[in-house]
Amino acid sequence: MAKSAAAASPPSPVRERPAEPKRYSASNDDLLAFYREMLLIRRFEERAGQMYGMGLIGGFCHLYIGQEAVVTGVQSALAKTDSVITGYRDHGHMIAAGIDPRAVMAELTGRAAGISKGKGGSMHMFSVEHGFYGGHGIVAAQVPLGTGLGFAHKYKGDGGLAVTYFGDGAANQGQVYESFNMAELWKLPVIYVIENNQYAMGTSVNRSSSEDQLYRRGESFRVPGIQVDGMDVLAVRGAADVAVEWVRAGKGPILLEMKTYRYRGHSMSDPAKYRSREEVAAMRERSDPIEHCKKDILAAGAADEAKLKTIEQEVRAVVADAADFAESAPEPAADELFTDVLVGTYA
Amino acid sequence: MPTEIKLPAMSPTMEEGTLAKWLVKEGDTVKPGDVLAEIETDKATMELEADEGGVVAKLHVAEGSDGVKVGTLIATIAGEGEEASSPLPPAGGAGGGQSAKTPAAAPVTESPPPAPPASGRGGADRGGEDADTPSTTAPTTAAKPKAGDAPASLQVSAAPAGPTHRQTVREALRDAMAEEMRADPTVFVMGEEVAEYQGAYKVTQGLLDEFGPARVVDTPITEYGFAGLGTGAAMGGLKPIVEFMTFNFAMQAIDHIINSAAKTNYMSGGQMRCPIVFRGPNGSASRVAAQHSQNYVPWYASVPGLIVISPYDAASAKGLLKSAIRSPDPVVFLENELLYGHSFDVPDAEVALEIGRAAVVRPGRDVTVVSYSIGVGVAFDAAAKLAEEGIDAEVIDLRTLRPLDRATVLASLKKTNRVVVVEEAWPACSIASEISAICMEDGFDDLDAPVTRVNSADVPLPYAANLEKLAFVKVEDVVGAVKKVCYR
Repeated sequence: MAKSAAAASPPSPVRERPAEPKRYSASNDDLLAFYREMLLIRRFEERAGQMYGMGLIGGFCHLYIGQEAVVTGVQSALAKTDSVITGYRDHGHMIAAGIDPRAVMAELTGRAAGISKGKGGSMHMFSVEHGFYGGHGIVAAQVPLGTGLGFAHKYKGDGGLAVTYFGDGAANQGQVYESFNMAELWKLPVIYVIENNQYAMGTSVNRSSSEDQLYRRGESFRVPGIQVDGMDVLAVRGAADVAVEWVRAGKGPILLEMKTYRYRGHSMSDPAKYRSREEVAAMRERSDPIEHCKKDILAAGAADEAKLKTIEQEVRAVVADAADFAESAPEPAADELFTDVLVGTYA
Repeated sequence: MPTEIKLPAMSPTMEEGTLAKWLVKEGDTVKPGDVLAEIETDKATMELEADEGGVVAKLHVAEGSDGVKVGTLIATIAGEGEEASSPLPPAGGAGGGQSAKTPAAAPVTESPPPAPPASGRGGADRGGEDADTPSTTAPTTAAKPKAGDAPASLQVSAAPAGPTHRQTVREALRDAMAEEMRADPTVFVMGEEVAEYQGAYKVTQGLLDEFGPARVVDTPITEYGFAGLGTGAAMGGLKPIVEFMTFNFAMQAIDHIINSAAKTNYMSGGQMRCPIVFRGPNGSASRVAAQHSQNYVPWYASVPGLIVISPYDAASAKGLLKSAIRSPDPVVFLENELLYGHSFDVPDAEVALEIGRAAVVRPGRDVTVVSYSIGVGVAFDAAAKLAEEGIDAEVIDLRTLRPLDRATVLASLKKTNRVVVVEEAWPACSIASEISAICMEDGFDDLDAPVTRVNSADVPLPYAANLEKLAFVKVEDVVGAVKKVCYR
C-alpha cells in the first residue's frame, strides 16, 4: 500500500511564464483616447444595427457592442509594423485599426466606396495599409492565417507580430490547436486573443467546452495563457503589454483569454432566447466597459462631465457622417462584377 | 531448404533498385534481423534484413549493380546444417514465378518510416513504367529503358526550342523550385517531410542543403493548419510553396485553399494578394485504393480565383511551376506520382511557360484527342495505335485547367471536326464534361460527331489488381472512342 503512495505526482514543469499583468496606469490622454474609441465603436455599431433594420445593410451583421474594451485595449499596445486578423465580428477591429468609419459603413451598405469596393460586406473587410488582414467568415480560419502572418514577420525579420482574435466558439475548432502547435514549435510572434463573450451563437461556453477556462487551452502546446477582465480597458491594455513584451522577446506565442460579453444577439437575426433579459441587463449595469472607463476618467480628474459630453457629440457626428456617406454613395459599377478575381493576366 | 532472397519492392512504385552494398559475404552465418544489404530505391536507401538465419550460400548480384529488377534473385541462404552448396534453381526458373508475398527478407527503413503509398501502376499502356507485381516480373537484371525503347508517350516532349537535357519530372519540379528560390528570397517551401527526409517523393531533394531550414520547412502532420498558415504567410507578403504529400490529404485543408486563398483578392476589392502555390501528387497511384486515389483537378478547376495546372511532361512541369511561383495569384499545381520517374527533354535555359496555354503535342488531321496529366500518355499511345490503322489523331495537352485554353481546343475542332476527351477522373462534372460543353456552345457547327468522353469508371477506386485495371482509362477505350467518332 505504501508503495503506491510513493508514485508521487509528476514533477511540475519548470518553464518561464509571463509576468502577472498589472492594470495599465493610463495618462489622462490615454483615458480619453480609450473612452473616445470605445464610444465610437459603440455608436457605430448601434447605427449599423439601425441601418440593418432599415434594410440598408444586408446579409449577416454581427455587432461588437459590449466587447469594445478588448480591441481598444489590445490595439493601443501595438506598433505600426504589427498585423491584426479576426473573424466576422470585425467592425470594431476595423475602427480600432484606424480605418475611416466611412469606408467601413459604406462596405456594410455594399457601396463602391466601401473598403472592399462593396464586394466583401460585413464579414470580409481588409486594409493591408493599416495592417488589418480581415475580416474572415469561416469560424477559426483566421487562426492559422494569423499564425502565418506571424510566420511572415519572423521570416522577414521585421520585428512585427500578429494579433489573432477569435471567439470562444472558434476555440473548439481543431485548426486552432494545429496553429498553437506550429506557433510554439517555431516560436512565432503571435498573440492569440480569445474574445470569450460567453456564447458561441446560442451555445454557452459551459455547454460546449470540456475545459471552459479557455486561457488554459494552450497548455498542452506550452503556449502560456492569461485570463483577463475584458470589460476593463486598462486590464486589457496591461495584459496586452505583457503579451507584446513576451512575444517581442522571441519567446513564442501567448494566449490571452478576454472575459467579455456581447449585449446583442449573435447576429441581427438572433432573438437571443438562450439567455435571460436579466442576465444581459445585469451585465450592462455592472460591467459596461464604457461606463467603467468614464468612472476612471472622473476619478482621475482627466475630464469633467461637460468634456465627456463634447466627446460624445463629436463621436455622434462622425457616425452620422459615415452613415450619410454610406447611404448616399453609389453602388459598384456593373463591370466590377468581373474585376479582382485574379491579379495576373493569363493567356 | 535453402532460402532464396529476391529484391523486394520497397515502395508501391519501386520497380528496380541499386544493390549499393553487401554487408555479408558468402560463407557468413546470419541471424534473423541481420542486415544483408543496402538497397537504393528511387526514393531512399533501405536496409535489407534477413528473416531467417543460416549461412550465406551465394550472392548472385554484385555490389554496385544498378537497375536490378524487383523479384531478381540476389542471394541464397542455406538453413542451419544444410550444404552451403545446395544446387540452386536457375534464376527465373522454378523460383521465378514465386510470389514476393513471402519474401525471405523484409525491407526496413533506414531511419524514417517508409515512403508513403506511392505508385507503381503502369504497364505498357500507361507510359512505360511497368509496375506489375514482382511475382510476374521476370527476374532479370535489365538496364534502364533507353529513350529509343520507350513507348510513344515517352518520346514526345514539350518540343522545347534550344539545347535540352534529359530529366525526370521529379528533377524538373525540383529545379523549378530551386531556380525560383534563388531568384526571390520570399519564396519558401513547407510541408510534411520536405526538408530532412528530402521529400516523401523526393521532389524537394537537396533543397534543404541549399536553402536551409528557414526556407525549407518541415511541418507536423497538420494539413488544415499548415495550409492556413501558408495562406496567411502569403497574405503577409511571402510566396509560399505548400507541398501536400498527396492531394488526397488536402481535403483536410480545402477550406483554406478555397475560402481563404481563392476569394481574398475579390472580397478585399483587389487590395489583398495571396501569391501561393499548393502542389503535390494528385490522381491515382498504384494499388492504394479509394482514399488515396482520386483526381482533384475538376474540383479546383471549378473555383474562380484559383489558377489550376496539371502538367504531363518534365519541360511543362518545370516551365509551369516556375510561372506558378511567380504568379500573384493562388495556384493549385497537381502533379502525378506515376510520372515523377519519367524522363523527357527539358530546355537547358530557365524557361517559364505561359499559364493558360494548351499545347498541341501531336499534330493530326482526323480527330482531336484532348487530355492533361497522365491521360496525355494514354492519348499518345492511342494515337500511335490509331496511326497504324490510318487515323491521324491530334493530341492536345491542356496543361492549365483554369483558365482553360478554349481557343486551342476550338481551333483543333475546326480542323478535325471530332473531339475525344481522355481524362483520368470520374466522368460526372469533369474537365471532359467542360470540354464537351465548350465544343457544343462554341463549336457546334464544326462537330461531325458527338464529343465523347473517356473517363475512369464512376466508382471509388478498388484495390484488387484486376478491378483497379478495369477502372482506369485504357488505350483501347480511347481507340474505340476515336473510331466511333470517325465512324470507322
